[in-house]
Amino acid sequence: MNTLGVYLIIAALLFSLGLLGVLQRRNLIGMLISVELMLNGANINFMAFNRFLTPDPTVGQIFTLFVMGLAAAEAAIGLSIILALFRKMRSINIERAQQLRG
Amino acid sequence: MSFLSTESFAQMAFWVVVGLTLGGACIAVFPRNILYNVLGLALALAGVAGLYLFLGSLFVALMQLLIYVGAITIAIVFAIMLSRPLHLEVPERRMPKVAAAGGASLLVFLALVGVGLKSRWMVAAERSGDWSVEALGHAMLTKYNLVFEVISLVLLVAIIGAIVTAGFTRRLSS
Repeated sequence: MNTLGVYLIIAALLFSLGLLGVLQRRNLIGMLISVELMLNGANINFMAFNRFLTPDPTVGQIFTLFVMGLAAAEAAIGLSIILALFRKMRSINIERAQQLRG
Repeated sequence: MSFLSTESFAQMAFWVVVGLTLGGACIAVFPRNILYNVLGLALALAGVAGLYLFLGSLFVALMQLLIYVGAITIAIVFAIMLSRPLHLEVPERRMPKVAAAGGASLLVFLALVGVGLKSRWMVAAERSGDWSVEALGHAMLTKYNLVFEVISLVLLVAIIGAIVTAGFTRRLSS
């Protein structure tokens, strides 16, 4: 069970589920949820390589922590943009927001 | 009695955690109700924290629970509460788009698995076994100090930007 390949497959599954969500959802909050899944897939990859390959096990953990911080910033900005868009258009459907395209 | 050994118990717990992660991810992507999606996301993130535990880092697992499950999920729930998408119309999914999205993500999955399993990963010649939190904090404040500071700055800018974006539009629309 505890081999590099198993973790890589789990991370790839999480990443492609998130990609599927980003591509097919129209709800902006749903798309944000899927982006979080993709970030978690990348994080699992960092931690797995850190556990099985690298000379220094602190590197992968620190990168994972940085990605978590960036994900928190991304969620805060994304959610405030969604709120602003909802107040303007009364909808969070992505296909309603087409007047942004100019 | 090998059925009850610690080895098989750990293996069982591992697959339970994997099932939690993937099941939560499926709940987070497939249902149409956004509230189910958020609960599935929380389940998947807790499962990923369990995977970090199996990967040997208690600290990162706790941070995952604190930041993702504790903060980001709650922020998304607040956004759902404030934008009330539950009462709005849910448009039908168009089949060609769903099929194209499924094909694209299946292709990405196959490519990722192919790269991950086919390449010959080189294990480092000598590995230090220092998994302590002390080593983590030391590296973060010496070798990766610049990145640490920049992340703090990014978080500050994100907080100010979120307040400005959400606050100004309220003033304009009311």
